[in-house]
Amino acid sequence: MNEVVLYTIISLAGIGIFAAVVLYYVSRKFHVTEDERIGRVESVLPGSNCGGCGLPGCHAFAEAVVKAGDLAVLHCPVGGNDVMKNVASVLGVKAVEKDPYIAIVRCSGSFEYRKKTNVYDGSPNCAVAAQLYSGDTGCAYGCLGLGDCVDKCDFEAMYMDSNSGLPVILEDKCTACNACVKACPKDIIQLWPKGKKNQRIYVACLNEEKAGAARKSCAIACSGCAKCAEACRYEAITIDRNLAIIDPEKCKLCAECIDVCDVRNIVAANMTAEKIQQAGEHRRKREERERQKREAEKAAPVPPPPPPTGTPS
Amino acid sequence: MSKTLHDNELKTFRTGGVHPDDQKLSAAVPIVTLPVPKSVKIPVLQHLGAPAKAVVQRGDKVKVGQVIARHEGAFSANIHASVSGTIGQIKEEMDSSGFKHLAIHIRTEEDEWMETIDRSETHIEKITMSREDIITRIEDSGIVGMGGAAFPSHAKVVLPEGKHIDTLLINGVECEPYLTSDHRLMLEKPKEVITGVRILMKELGVERAVIGIEDNKHDAVTLLSGLLRDDPTIEVQPLAVQYPQGGERQLIQAVLGREVPSRGLPYDVGVIVHNVGTTFAVYEAVQKNKPLIERIVTVTGKNVSKPSNFRARIGTPVMELIAAAGGLPEGTGKVVAGGPMMGRAIGDLESPVWKGMSGILLIPEAEAKRAQEYRCVRCGKCVEVCPMGLEPYLLMALAKSGDIKQADHEHVIDCIECGSCSFVCPANRPILDYIRLGKTKAKSRKS
Amino acid sequence: MNKPLLVVAPSPHIHADLTIPQIMRGVVIAMLPAWIMSIYNFGLGAVYVTLLAVGFCVAAEYAITRYLLNREASIQDGSAVITGMLLAFNVPSNLPWYMILIGSVVAIGIAKLSFGGLGNNPFNPALVGRVFLLLSFPVAMTSWPKAVATWTLDGTTSATPLGILKDGLRTGETVDTLMKQMPSLQDLLFGLHGGSLGEMSGAALLVGLGYMLYRKIITWHIPITMIATVFIMTGIFWLIHPYKFANPMFHILSGGLMLGAIFMATDYVTSPVSHRGMIVFAIGCGVLTVLIRLFGSYPEGVSFAILIMNGFVPLINNYLKPRKFGVIQKQETSN
Repeated sequence: MNEVVLYTIISLAGIGIFAAVVLYYVSRKFHVTEDERIGRVESVLPGSNCGGCGLPGCHAFAEAVVKAGDLAVLHCPVGGNDVMKNVASVLGVKAVEKDPYIAIVRCSGSFEYRKKTNVYDGSPNCAVAAQLYSGDTGCAYGCLGLGDCVDKCDFEAMYMDSNSGLPVILEDKCTACNACVKACPKDIIQLWPKGKKNQRIYVACLNEEKAGAARKSCAIACSGCAKCAEACRYEAITIDRNLAIIDPEKCKLCAECIDVCDVRNIVAANMTAEKIQQAGEHRRKREERERQKREAEKAAPVPPPPPPTGTPS
Repeated sequence: MSKTLHDNELKTFRTGGVHPDDQKLSAAVPIVTLPVPKSVKIPVLQHLGAPAKAVVQRGDKVKVGQVIARHEGAFSANIHASVSGTIGQIKEEMDSSGFKHLAIHIRTEEDEWMETIDRSETHIEKITMSREDIITRIEDSGIVGMGGAAFPSHAKVVLPEGKHIDTLLINGVECEPYLTSDHRLMLEKPKEVITGVRILMKELGVERAVIGIEDNKHDAVTLLSGLLRDDPTIEVQPLAVQYPQGGERQLIQAVLGREVPSRGLPYDVGVIVHNVGTTFAVYEAVQKNKPLIERIVTVTGKNVSKPSNFRARIGTPVMELIAAAGGLPEGTGKVVAGGPMMGRAIGDLESPVWKGMSGILLIPEAEAKRAQEYRCVRCGKCVEVCPMGLEPYLLMALAKSGDIKQADHEHVIDCIECGSCSFVCPANRPILDYIRLGKTKAKSRKS
Repeated sequence: MNKPLLVVAPSPHIHADLTIPQIMRGVVIAMLPAWIMSIYNFGLGAVYVTLLAVGFCVAAEYAITRYLLNREASIQDGSAVITGMLLAFNVPSNLPWYMILIGSVVAIGIAKLSFGGLGNNPFNPALVGRVFLLLSFPVAMTSWPKAVATWTLDGTTSATPLGILKDGLRTGETVDTLMKQMPSLQDLLFGLHGGSLGEMSGAALLVGLGYMLYRKIITWHIPITMIATVFIMTGIFWLIHPYKFANPMFHILSGGLMLGAIFMATDYVTSPVSHRGMIVFAIGCGVLTVLIRLFGSYPEGVSFAILIMNGFVPLINNYLKPRKFGVIQKQETSN
């Protein structure tokens, strides 16, 4: 009996030692030396592997950052400046601040504004529908409402609003990883500077049709009337292909353009109604002053041309 | 001898295939010429390739057959006025493709044709034109493949270096259920079709042509082979009924036993394929100097009171054709431009007839929507029926999950979009929806 | 404006008649002849076992999907009914109810739903349930009631023909003497012998096969190839050594071969998708069945053979793809 126990212990121990030796040699032989900084960089990254930086995952990002040696190009949109500061301290380089971005939905053609012209019955997938035809409403530029963007969101920062048929982005969860932007076949979702105090102004429409056709397909479509462009003091708004486009670099968030829009389709995110109203008042007063000035100029007698001199009569 | 029925042997293609219900409701209905519509909308893109460029302006007076949009580059086709009258708006319009394209409106006044067009019905058999003139005439007349793909016909003559054509194949298969326009054309204009074949043979410089016809059109087989009794260069080949025999690759394999290589084209195996409708259009263009301004359109469906075959001007609103076939039946759920397997559902009945529209199919509400979808049980039926020997269930899964590289490796690009997989799938899975998506993505990945 | 809107969807716009629920119903109909024969043979026991197995399987599917996985119950596709019937077909008619319950829960819960439900299970659920029972309750699973329409639930037990053969050969008897104890081929064909519920009557199972082929539910590739493989292989052994091996007719008609080849190996989910793959799969099933029957320790090997080959299906699907149109030719020309 004792012998059996003894042999068992010896043989098991022997197998154990043998396996340990093999494992040791294999791990030594196939050891891959990796820059230990890669691991440290990866440990400060969010670890969501979303691909928002353009690389296939956080490890790849860490590798790329260590290889590049500086932070001029690479940026983790999910972690933002805080994480990039940590990355910079790991690498011992200077952090580069980048303005935070957020995804916005540039279509406001909800069910009430955009009447259905047919019933879509294909696969519930925007990419499939976009390949088939221009959509189940008159607007060929608008949201298809089948939620490819929501499917692709890794951060639960989006949902489809069943009342409007449009996607909604939750600001506190959106990391600007770009996944929804890539998923949208109509390019309705875009990344936009998050803005000071989380405030930003954009036109929620991409319809390039002429005014009549655009309004026929969607009651809230931008017709390119240019009223907002005229109202803007900073020349941040241009009209291109019957569509008003706001340049976020030039926009000073004065909100004076908001209430000139006939269809109220300029979105002012996180601005109070009072602020918009005040901005409108401000603009009207300014316009009034300018009008008075013009009228004053018109009313003032135009100085007569200087009499011709030196003309022999 | 050789062109008569091959000992009654019916050939067909060898890989996959399905047998949807025939439903050729309008097979016995003669072609009726539709009255000239009050106005037409003519899209400038009615073919594969670049849109034609409009050469008329609002207010211009045009005659039937006058060029209103000229082709841009080799891969494009001329567009002609199909009615005479005044040019109205030229603007983006929804057409039956499901997308908005530039379209030229014409308000009809009288029915005045270009003087150069021979409008008589007499059959001119003698081909007097030289080969070069024929090519130019086909190009000028805006002829495109009329089976549905709308490939500019003149572009089929241009062969890459080192390719040689020995056979012209005429597609009289009409394998889509319901459609009968090619069938009626072969029955009513057999001599013209044959002359068209001879013109195309001269154009391509080949000594042999075969007309492939499915045996459910036995009357057409008999009629054409009777007329061709004394011509050893043109054969009529009856084919067993099987979908999608009208696909170029399937037809070439069925008739000639040759296999077009993957990602290749018919000329790689020495063949050019033209549709019967195209052949007739070529006859009219070359012998009558008549450009492509009208075509045969089948209007059909289970509840249609008068299933019909119309000769309609290009640009006629679809609704006018439906009205002529007894009106839109109560409870129509879906309107398809083309056949039920490959046609496009159209959302707007004002969209115009175009060069590639072989039929209008009205589907009742009860059959318009897709049935409940189940999970894939890997029964392998899609694999069994795929005429390209692909694995549709796998391609769908790959396309859906976004693994385009693997889908490409599995030859997703070879899919001919015949729809056999979705048709047969017992789980009602939208297989082709996703394969199409994968195909587009794989193509853009390449470029 | 009140005009109803037209439906727009990608092509094709028509669909073939056969759908999943119809297929499932068709399979149940195809199993009915064999079931009727088993009622004829085993009386009420057959009804009792079948109803319990179907009931337990459907209940297990409903309960697990609804309450454990918190998703919509997936019983309307009918696959649980088939699993239940197949499980019943694979057990003796006097199996106690709690064993049927265990078998059903294993089949549905472990073999099917834990892999993600219908379509994702690598192994045939009914067979997993059956083998689980066979290994857990070997005595109950191999005590077959005598095949006479007793209409009572108890009765004497008898061995299956294959069991008699295996035990006999082990004790050194010759095939010739053993075959004299066997039911005649007619009895095997129409089912008066011991065995599991569904494997009684070869003729009834063949009627089911005919129906499924007619309805185009399955193709001939798997069942015919598997039966032919067993026939040819046992035939070769029989010709070499008729004293040691039973004749091929006996082999294809006895045991669960017909049942396995027609209803188990053809399960869509756990069999290959291409015809080439199906044939290789069926040959594998046949060869393994014969090897287990002739040389293994169990008298019957159909269940094990199919389960083993189920494991190879992903590999077969990966390597035996259908020939793609125009692809081989291209390789030839490029060489």
